[in-house]
Amino acid sequence: MSKATEVISPDTTAPHDEHAHHEHEHHDHIPKGITRWLFTTNHKDIGTLYLWFAFIMFLVGGAMAMVIRAELFQPGLQIVEPNFFNQMTTVHGLIMVFGAVMPAFTGLANWLIPMMIGAPDMALPRMNNWSFWILPGAFLILLSSLFMEGGGPAFGWTFYAPLSTTYSGDSTALFVFSVHIMGISSIMGAINVIVTIFNMRAPGMTWMKMPLFVWTWLITAFLLIAVMPVLAGAVTMVLTDKFFGTSFFDAAGGGDPVMFQHIFWFFGHPEVYIMILPAFGIISQIVPTFSRKQLFGYASMVYATASIALLSFVVWAHHMFTTGMPVYMEMFFMFATMLISVPTGVKVFNWVATMWRGSLSFEMPMMFAIAFIVLFTIGGLSGLMLAITPVDFQYHDTYFVVAHFHYVLVTGAVFSIMAAVYYWLPKWTGKMYDTTLAKWHFWCSLVSVNVLFFPMHFVGLAGMPRRIPDYALQFADFNKWISVGGFAFGLSQLIFLALLIKACKKQGEAVSAQVWDGAEGLEWEIPSPAPYHTFETPPVVK
Amino acid sequence: MSQQSANNKMVIKLVAIVIGMFGFGFALVPLYDVFCDVTGINGKTEGTAAVYQSVEIDESREVTVEFITRTNSGMPWEFRAETKRVKVHPGELNTVSFYVRNPASSNIVAQAIPSVSPGMAALYLNKTECFCFNQQPLDAGSEAYMPMQFYVDPQLPEEITFFTLQYTLYDVTARASDLTTTPNPFMASTPSTGE
Repeated sequence: MSKATEVISPDTTAPHDEHAHHEHEHHDHIPKGITRWLFTTNHKDIGTLYLWFAFIMFLVGGAMAMVIRAELFQPGLQIVEPNFFNQMTTVHGLIMVFGAVMPAFTGLANWLIPMMIGAPDMALPRMNNWSFWILPGAFLILLSSLFMEGGGPAFGWTFYAPLSTTYSGDSTALFVFSVHIMGISSIMGAINVIVTIFNMRAPGMTWMKMPLFVWTWLITAFLLIAVMPVLAGAVTMVLTDKFFGTSFFDAAGGGDPVMFQHIFWFFGHPEVYIMILPAFGIISQIVPTFSRKQLFGYASMVYATASIALLSFVVWAHHMFTTGMPVYMEMFFMFATMLISVPTGVKVFNWVATMWRGSLSFEMPMMFAIAFIVLFTIGGLSGLMLAITPVDFQYHDTYFVVAHFHYVLVTGAVFSIMAAVYYWLPKWTGKMYDTTLAKWHFWCSLVSVNVLFFPMHFVGLAGMPRRIPDYALQFADFNKWISVGGFAFGLSQLIFLALLIKACKKQGEAVSAQVWDGAEGLEWEIPSPAPYHTFETPPVVK
Repeated sequence: MSQQSANNKMVIKLVAIVIGMFGFGFALVPLYDVFCDVTGINGKTEGTAAVYQSVEIDESREVTVEFITRTNSGMPWEFRAETKRVKVHPGELNTVSFYVRNPASSNIVAQAIPSVSPGMAALYLNKTECFCFNQQPLDAGSEAYMPMQFYVDPQLPEEITFFTLQYTLYDVTARASDLTTTPNPFMASTPSTGE
């Protein structure tokens, strides 16, 4: 029996909550069957849909990573054709970014934001339904393009022109269409989050009382509505360049292929913060709970998040140091990028300061949160190295870059999502999950993810290029280790799948409303499992 | 209900931002060109002819201008600069010539795209006549000498003593407006000296 279940205290069903619970019980007739999920406008149902969809996409994108690692297990071409290899790297990236990480965060936002701010539901429930249900279609289109003659997109998730315009297959049209749908879905999700947070906070829930997960999501949502339309514009330009004879990115017609990179990364850099700011919010919820202290520096966390979001708009060209920019522009983007490590450092400092002399306990969410803090910082440091223009000329397009963004996205964003699931899952199901499986999942993931990504730093520094199905012999040993780590990390996620299936079958011990004895916030004041409808009468926040 | 109307108002505002940012994505295209024109950081020269005013020739210094030619992949033409490099005084009018031959069995229309390195020099390179201003058709098997007339602005910063002008030749037959009715004015067997 884990510590997690022992710390549950029964004292949390306060009279206020008991009353609220009974008051709403007669509303709790939950629709049955498939139509419940198809037509649902309930934020909890939609959150669940998003989270399961994200997890399925995580497994699909992970399977593609397994193909990549199998091919790279040894030098030479043995398993797949180079063109198929390129499709795997491309679609793996697209699925993980747009299909796994972003929908998972939207799912968490749906589940948690109304409960955290004391709202009965999201502000725009019908649009909420649509923003989820267009997503499976988008990914069906993208995945089906892999089976077309000539294959699916093979130009990398960044779809640089002219790779995506001159040298791509007909499936590019499907790629563009699916990205449009994904973009529309995230924009609708973001609008919903903003309107909910602005208009539906419970009385007394002032801006500076909002939980940090809500704050970080609010800022993320603004980033989304600012840059997803730019991505839509970029894919539209690729579409018209390829099929309708325009020359946005074609030098022969007066366009400029380098301009593609500027437009793409104007979207792309805020996008990477879209995938990490909600993670910062999650960690800022979890660390205080298991330190049994208030979060250190709440206000500075809010300002740091906002500064990161603003700075993200002026650093995009650090992805393009090798395109031949003048030196003074490279210097600007180098220093602006390094500036981002200041607010990020504030955050890491605040988390550590929260734990300092806290009454720490190490339940599953806390384990993932601590792993996040350590490993995300490693990713942040390699990012700082990449920000230095002259050394970036060496690191550019090598496995060092792959190591960097997998540390911030897998051990950063994905670990934070897992931490969030382990933290709030008992609230959603009303039962404690299987903590033995959770421990296996954590330790297997932690070890294998480092075996997988850490050696990538070394092969990258030694000059192994990314996105190539073959490599020089001297990289063979490291790649073997990387592939073994990759398979192990992939298999470890099946433990998580087993745990989630068990949890959804509502196996396990019942938990109290507060679940974790250090947990604070409105979502811990409603009963566990969270009733289908909550806060129909807004709570009063002191 | 006031909640409803407050939500609607907010949604309208946010959708306006979304539409605005979609437009901004496209506005980046002309903005990019304007930015590059103003700062000269992209090495692009003017697409239209400059007028040569009798500027004062700066005899005190010489600038070396180097010419590089290349053809885009899939472009079969032979393309070379008759003069590889030339030393000029800022303000002085110079003419250089480029040789092209179409070895293919079909008529092809080409477009030359200039690029100057270091990019800053592009602001001070004025072309009064250039084959790159127009598409250049060439019949199968024929050849031509194409002139380019330029002067370097005397305002050129002192520290630039050397710059390179590169032309890349693209096959634009597919998008050329009219292939047969516009013969290449430079199509000839002797070097043209320009008008």
